[in-house]
Amino acid sequence: MSNIHDQIQDVIAKNDVVLFMKGTPQMPQCGFSGQVVQILDYLGVPYKGVNVLADGELREGIKAFTNWPTIPQLYVKGEFVGGCDIIREMFQSGELSDHLSKAGVPAAQPARG
Amino acid sequence: MAMEAAEIERLIKSALPDAKVQIQDLAGDGDHYAATVVSEAFRGKSRVQQHQLVYGALKGQMGGVLHALALTTLPPE
Repeated sequence: MSNIHDQIQDVIAKNDVVLFMKGTPQMPQCGFSGQVVQILDYLGVPYKGVNVLADGELREGIKAFTNWPTIPQLYVKGEFVGGCDIIREMFQSGELSDHLSKAGVPAAQPARG
Repeated sequence: MAMEAAEIERLIKSALPDAKVQIQDLAGDGDHYAATVVSEAFRGKSRVQQHQLVYGALKGQMGGVLHALALTTLPPE
């Protein structure tokens, strides 16, 4: 198990924003993963998508890594930010943009509706 | 396999006795729910920590038998 743990640690250390998801950013294979992809694309945030469906050990390992039972999972600067509900809530309140800019991650400013 | 709303509520209340729980079956299939949970246990905790408390109460059902639970968690006003 530690091998997968190290792999996860390595990915989130080397990439500012990482989305562990079902499918790929171009082809999400789950509604919840697709919602987070839409939010990140809307904000213009560069991120690395990791398809957990391609690796069964990763799919379970990521849940143990954060003690979070579902996918997708978003990481910013190595820190777990949340799953679909939390990211959507943070996006709607503008908190996600603030969190990204505080973390020094370039994000296009969304049009405030 | 699916889960009854009453079972979800029972599990949450067994871990968070003061919790007020509202559950909505989103798809009628016992697999996709939305839940609003209000409990003093959430005060001062981040959203991730609040949701982890609820997931812990569901004793591993979340992500397995229970595919989707759209969660909203709040401390009492």
